[in-house]
Amino acid sequence: MASVSSSSHLNKTVRQQYMSLPQGQKCQVTYIWIDGTGETLRNKTRTLDTEPQSIEEIPEWNFDGSSTYQAEGSNSDMYLIPVCMFRDPFNLDPNKLVLCEVLKYNRLPAETNHRASCNKVMEKVKEHHIWFGMEQEYTLLGTDGHPFSWPPNGFPAPQGPYYCGVGANSAYGRDIVECHYKACLYAGIKICGTNAEVMPSQWEYQVGPCEGIEMGDHLWVSRFLLHRVCEDFGVVATLDPKPMKGNWNGTGCHTNVSTKEMREEGGLQYIEKAIDKLGKKHPEHIRVYDPHEGKDNIRRLTGLHETSSIHDFSAGVANRGASIRIPRQVGQEKKGYFEDRRPAANCDPYAVTKAIAITCLLEEEKGAK
Amino acid sequence: MATSASSKLNKAVKQQYMSLPQGEKVQAMYIWIDGSGEGLRCKTRTLDSEPKTIEDLPEWNFDGSSTYQSEGSNSDMYLIPAAMFRDPFRKDPNKLVLCEVLKYNRKPAETNLRYTCKKIMNMVENNHSWFGMEQEYTILGTDGHPFGWPSNGFPGPQGPYYCGVGADKAYGRDIVEAHYRACLYAGVQIYGSNAEVMPAQWEFQIGPCEGIDMGDHLWVARFILHRVCEDFGVVVSFDPKPIPGNWNGAGCHTNFSTKEMREDGGLINEMWESIEKLAKRHRYHIRAYDPKGGLDNARRLTGRHETSSIDEFSAGVANRGASIRIPRSVGQDKKGYFEDRRPSANCDPYAVTEALVRTCLLKEEGEEPANYSK
Repeated sequence: MASVSSSSHLNKTVRQQYMSLPQGQKCQVTYIWIDGTGETLRNKTRTLDTEPQSIEEIPEWNFDGSSTYQAEGSNSDMYLIPVCMFRDPFNLDPNKLVLCEVLKYNRLPAETNHRASCNKVMEKVKEHHIWFGMEQEYTLLGTDGHPFSWPPNGFPAPQGPYYCGVGANSAYGRDIVECHYKACLYAGIKICGTNAEVMPSQWEYQVGPCEGIEMGDHLWVSRFLLHRVCEDFGVVATLDPKPMKGNWNGTGCHTNVSTKEMREEGGLQYIEKAIDKLGKKHPEHIRVYDPHEGKDNIRRLTGLHETSSIHDFSAGVANRGASIRIPRQVGQEKKGYFEDRRPAANCDPYAVTKAIAITCLLEEEKGAK
Repeated sequence: MATSASSKLNKAVKQQYMSLPQGEKVQAMYIWIDGSGEGLRCKTRTLDSEPKTIEDLPEWNFDGSSTYQSEGSNSDMYLIPAAMFRDPFRKDPNKLVLCEVLKYNRKPAETNLRYTCKKIMNMVENNHSWFGMEQEYTILGTDGHPFGWPSNGFPGPQGPYYCGVGADKAYGRDIVEAHYRACLYAGVQIYGSNAEVMPAQWEFQIGPCEGIDMGDHLWVARFILHRVCEDFGVVVSFDPKPIPGNWNGAGCHTNFSTKEMREDGGLINEMWESIEKLAKRHRYHIRAYDPKGGLDNARRLTGRHETSSIDEFSAGVANRGASIRIPRSVGQDKKGYFEDRRPSANCDPYAVTEALVRTCLLKEEGEEPANYSK
């Protein structure tokens, strides 16, 4: 029997009786932020007197940074600045989820607040209308740390039948996927699809197309929803890029990119130019494609299991072993987008999208001057 | 898993009965603090129609010899309704009624600290004292072990749990969510909630409340929490140090401001003056900050785990190791409120708020509270 949490055994009918209590005019707002690890989310809730209609109506807040690896106890207050609001699929309307940027005591961005600098870059390149779509892979684990539904102290049959599979011997944990999808739709996250992945208990969902800063915002909140849905079911979602050693797939966050020019007739030339520029900055990108400057991705980007090697940069049409893949239909229509397959599942989407925007769009402007 | 037998009773069956109409009759549940100063008791009576205000609720009485409050030979004690709320368990039109306890001679019971608190708050009405209290607590299974912890064992060390999300970080969120909604329904001034540093430890905040309301709302919030946990089959503990060793304790940080502190320049004048007076009266406050005169807090206020040491008084901006913390935003705006981090999770909020008013507003000094009755 898979190991699920005690919390998940609490009576949900009892819970529902409370959750259906009317709340008058009051509104619960849950503030969400990224902690000092750069990959973990934190949250806390407050009551507002009325439903906020826009992000401007949501007040700044603060929290104890010494409890989130972000500050010392003697000077621990850190600021939460609301940046993006969504409907709350757990507490339901009129309640809200609010993604926040973290500022230090001196009002400068916290070390893991990559949104601040990403936003500046996206502002600079806004006339290019850069669109992103990120493919978030993840693995479900039991509370014992073993992949969900794998035999305890053991392994399922080798990879092959699981990708997009159906049936109890192929799809492990679909309930989580279905609930997460609905929660994202309710919340207003731009979730565009989902599928079972190559390793059993591994899944993927895609968020996009999002323009500019929106990509990071929507992806981070979709991750919060994933962790929260898994918590309700009593299992754990891990974004570790190589959860199982050996002949088992890793987990990535393939990032699809296009600009207005790439999407128009003859756009392929701009795609090729961009890939050319990316090829010259491979180590710089690898450093920001996971939260540990590439050390996480080393375990995943081996050149096997549909990855490129971390040491080499490569690109090709329909080539899943390359760093950059150009989808076959884009190769045919000579316009569209390209897919950077290097980012790890636990990457910070702000760091990833910022690096891509700088390399593909800002470097060119610098060169043109 | 250690949840109670009661929690396994069929809740659909329960719902069938709870949805029966009740005509004009109203159930009023009277709530009071027992002889321990920490435990809550309750019993219910039927009224012929919905009470609109507290004055519509009759006095009642109970057997004090069964609540550590009197001898059997002279056991009747009085329940005097003090504050009324909507009942989130039985729902409208039914009520929860917080009561003061009087002895047979109509004097306040030993653990009825509301009586004196109200007198003190009346004396300083014009200062508009506002309070916000941050109630920390730990969820336990019926075996007394923290909920969600491995039996006969411990989870991974503190670090990932504060404000955490995920089944490996947040233990028992259902209770927190249910409690929050129940408080909103009841009309309790619940300000917010978050997961705390130790797994299975949580916090909710009540406020801002003026004067006597602080104690009333916090006690009713605690009652609602006990009742919600009872429904889920787990137990809430307000013990200030439930697990010895490298695990956080549970406090009830108390935020305080007066009208003057909230106005421009409030920090320089009123606030620092108040903090200086508090510095000179540390032992009096420690005695008021848990139900055992400081003995409970001695296990919690060690100087580690974001506490100050029980033996020393300190104050500082954004300093969570101090007795009094001035929030950074207040340090910048030069007005607002300060946070007294000393009260224990099982404190009596009437005692805590009264002590703050006596020292900061009535400017008392020395180890004993002044006697104003003439």
